[in-house]
Amino acid sequence: MRRVVVTGLGTINPLGNTVETSWNSLISSNSGISKINKFEVEDYPCKIAGSIDDSKINDDIVNLREQKKIDRFITLGLIAADEAIKDSGFVSDNESSFKYGVMVGSGIGGLDTIYRNSSILDNKGIRKISPFFIPSSLINLLSGHISIKYNLKGPNSSPVTACATGTHAIGDSFTIIKNNKADLMVCGGAEAAICPLGISGFSAARALCDTFNENPENGSRPWDRDRSGFVMGEGAGVLVLEELDHAKKRNAKIYGEVKGYGMSGDAFHITKPSEDGNGGFRAMEMALRESNLNTDEIGYVNAHGTSTQVGDMIELSAVEKLFGSNNNLFMSSNKSAIGHLLGAAGAVEAVFSFKSLETKTLPPTLNLDNPSTNTSINLIPHEAISKGVSNIISNSFGFGGTNASIIIGD
Amino acid sequence: MSDIEERVKKIVVEHLGVEEAKIQSDSKFIDDLGADSLDTVELVMAFEEEFGCEIPDDAAEKIVTLKDAVTYLTANSN
Repeated sequence: MRRVVVTGLGTINPLGNTVETSWNSLISSNSGISKINKFEVEDYPCKIAGSIDDSKINDDIVNLREQKKIDRFITLGLIAADEAIKDSGFVSDNESSFKYGVMVGSGIGGLDTIYRNSSILDNKGIRKISPFFIPSSLINLLSGHISIKYNLKGPNSSPVTACATGTHAIGDSFTIIKNNKADLMVCGGAEAAICPLGISGFSAARALCDTFNENPENGSRPWDRDRSGFVMGEGAGVLVLEELDHAKKRNAKIYGEVKGYGMSGDAFHITKPSEDGNGGFRAMEMALRESNLNTDEIGYVNAHGTSTQVGDMIELSAVEKLFGSNNNLFMSSNKSAIGHLLGAAGAVEAVFSFKSLETKTLPPTLNLDNPSTNTSINLIPHEAISKGVSNIISNSFGFGGTNASIIIGD
Repeated sequence: MSDIEERVKKIVVEHLGVEEAKIQSDSKFIDDLGADSLDTVELVMAFEEEFGCEIPDDAAEKIVTLKDAVTYLTANSN
């Protein structure tokens, strides 16, 4: 059976513009959440987000002229992809390029570009619409750009499953390599929806935190009794997945293995998760089955944990139900520090999970001052813990009742 | 250099990211200056904006060099 390993990691997120800087910031309990300053938010119920300062965007990777022709989510995705591919040491060649693919998705894609062009059409007319409008906002153009830049002619696609996108991209890529349709996949997610339409839309759906505008760093607080909704973040995470022998042959550095992938649908509600947590439970169970691991072999859950009233408790109860007999389970939410990166969330969280394996450190859940329920699971409040684990499960759940879980291990 | 030529050159430099010294009056946007077909659509839009005129599609197709643009805009701009 073909085994799939990870040989390259890349990210840009509210805590930093490389894996190393953002990981070190994460385990130092820093928060990447601040007041939104790119546009006027006086009338907005939520005024905070995990933004990336423009000065952190490396123009050497995507030059300014290119950036004008692509939406921000593509720029962020290209930056993370560049780091991951360089980290892997992999260079495509014409002879084998059809065995190397790309699957980087986004939850929303070029929302701000669509918004701006819509305004131009209304105010200035059709002749002022840029020829780059459509290719700059389409979600799969990110996978397209990566394939062009790095000569990757294998499977090329982009999942769009809201907040589960990043995890689906990794899981689907794992399946593609396992089934011998590619030897290497560049996969992950990117998102840049901190824009007027993005913030107002999620606010209207009553999904965003609106009670910590004066203390942005305290806004994202998964499982804490005072949580009031998620805090949006932006960024990208990209991983290089590779068939084990292919990686060995070129002496690549191996971070770990993708061992299992589960996916499910709630068939319940457009924005709320199913009340009994059954969808998330089945996704985790399916991943566990494929990995051939027992529940007590999983040491850490990198939770979806968005800091919403309903979602946090449902995930926790699903984890308790599946891992009930495991008394040494740790679980935390990276979203407490970087916010919710929507379609990029699962990918950035997978990058951090591989860093957990590598550094034997489990990142904290910030702002967990008063857990709203008792649990035997260690939710790692406030500070990172030094602890080596062999296997990690990472969850992502999205609007529409879509659920994805992956299991990674050393 | 005429005022129109200078303004056209400035737009080409900005949109195509090429050095001004490399632009000759008979440089072709696509073959010599690295533009793709979508870039040329945007170039024409920028000329329209700068010179306050509308360039019909059949005329736009014939603007392939700096000189073409300057000639057209000298005759048709306000």
